[in-house]
Amino acid sequence: MLTIDAKNVDFYYSDFHALKNINIEVEKNKVVALIGPSGCGKSTFLRLLNRMNDLIDGTRMTGSVLIEGKDIYAPGIHVDELRKEVGMVFQKPNPFPKSIFENVAYGLRVNGIRDKTFIEERVIESIKSAALWDEVKDKLNKSAFALSGGQQQRLCIARALAISPKVVLMDEPASALDPISTAKIEDLIHELKKDYTIMIVTHNMQQASRVSDKTAYFYLGEMIEYDDTIKIFTNPKEHSTQNYITGRFG
Amino acid sequence: MTPVIKTGNIDRKKRWSQAIAFTIFKMMSYSVVAILILILGFIVTKGVGVINWGFLSKSPEEGGIFFAIVGTFCLVAGSSLFSFPIGIMSGIYMNEYAEGNKFATFIRIMTNNLSGVPSVVFGLFGMSLFVNTMKFGDSILAGSLTLGLLSLPLVIRTTEESLKAIDKSYREGSLALGATKLQTIRKVVLPMAFPNIITGLILSIGRVSGETAPILFTVAAAFLTKLPTSIFSQVMALPYHLYVISTSGTDVEASRGIAYGTALVLIVIVLLVNLLANFLRNYFSKKVKTN
Repeated sequence: MLTIDAKNVDFYYSDFHALKNINIEVEKNKVVALIGPSGCGKSTFLRLLNRMNDLIDGTRMTGSVLIEGKDIYAPGIHVDELRKEVGMVFQKPNPFPKSIFENVAYGLRVNGIRDKTFIEERVIESIKSAALWDEVKDKLNKSAFALSGGQQQRLCIARALAISPKVVLMDEPASALDPISTAKIEDLIHELKKDYTIMIVTHNMQQASRVSDKTAYFYLGEMIEYDDTIKIFTNPKEHSTQNYITGRFG
Repeated sequence: MTPVIKTGNIDRKKRWSQAIAFTIFKMMSYSVVAILILILGFIVTKGVGVINWGFLSKSPEEGGIFFAIVGTFCLVAGSSLFSFPIGIMSGIYMNEYAEGNKFATFIRIMTNNLSGVPSVVFGLFGMSLFVNTMKFGDSILAGSLTLGLLSLPLVIRTTEESLKAIDKSYREGSLALGATKLQTIRKVVLPMAFPNIITGLILSIGRVSGETAPILFTVAAAFLTKLPTSIFSQVMALPYHLYVISTSGTDVEASRGIAYGTALVLIVIVLLVNLLANFLRNYFSKKVKTN
């Protein structure tokens, strides 16, 4: 079964036709990079997968998005339940003004988990999976704001992992970070792929080619090309893709 | 080759206008401070002579203002009980649930207009509604409700503004973890907005404790011989007491000292309340980051 299966997706912000007939299939434990110039619709598409666009007034979607075979836009789907399955990491690190521990425990607590030992185990496990443990193990009760930007972003990843999602969405997760922190996030994506299916939006071509198995190139709301990353970067079918990845525009 | 740009006198001119503008701004802000110090100095020098423990703790029969202090505290507490919950909840509704809808815009226009209504009008309204129609009589209840109405726009506004200042990325972060909107508001947004909300609340207390007109027809008594016993009792209050002793009585000149003393107490209370607001804001904004 496909982990993500989007069929004939069209999306509108009021009158603006932001996504045009997008079809994309993602298998389990793969990393898919979405690339394309600003305003091409890649972030919009990403935010459709956990229904984050629901928060914006005047938006409309047609087509269907299936996650593990379940239509997430079907009536009767509760967004809060969907978002447990589909975690998200944002462009700017956005830890809560709470302790490091409580940041990671937050998702468990809001989903009704009270068992203290379970929460503690889960928090430690998640921080370890986010490759942050050695840096924070002695200060779990300190404010998350005291961490560096790169550490904050890995904390946000840990926070997303704590509720055991099936899919992790990343919206330019390294664009606000320095090169060393970026490298750490990229290494982390390689590790996480063993357990999660990941979709990442990035403006960084090298990053897309380093971390992803498949790459989708978006332009003006259309998905121009979707193929194995190695093909997209060595031998794209479309001229437009070629131009974009070689930096001739965008 | 880069072209040479001849600026002539412009460099000198812009430095001059910068210096002049800066001097004017500085003078204006200094004069604000000067006026404030002048008022405070005036009240303190005239009033400090009558302040002693007896003045603060004795009944009006014995020449003290204790009853007025108690009355003011009762009114502040009563009006806060009324305006804080209603105001905070309305503010949350307007910013978090009804953002951009017509009803919220309507409430916003109404509250803005309400905050422009002269306080004596609130007094008349309170008298007509609470004292007469609802038959609360001249009482702490009627006075508190009237003062509560007066401070409601301020409470709603500060709540709304404080919530608005919280970046949307925190809300999204919480929602993306499967939290509901209510959980997001309760666990992330409100704790972050709390330091600013509490500042607004305390400033509204400062405003309420100094208002005279709204309590004039609804609760305040010129002279009482005993302390209030229930929410239906009348009370004396500092601002009204000040008004009474400065305008009526057989020998207004003789009671000038008491008037300045009362004014000093009122100002000190308001200053203390503002200091408390600052302290609590700093305290909570430190606290919110660590737990």
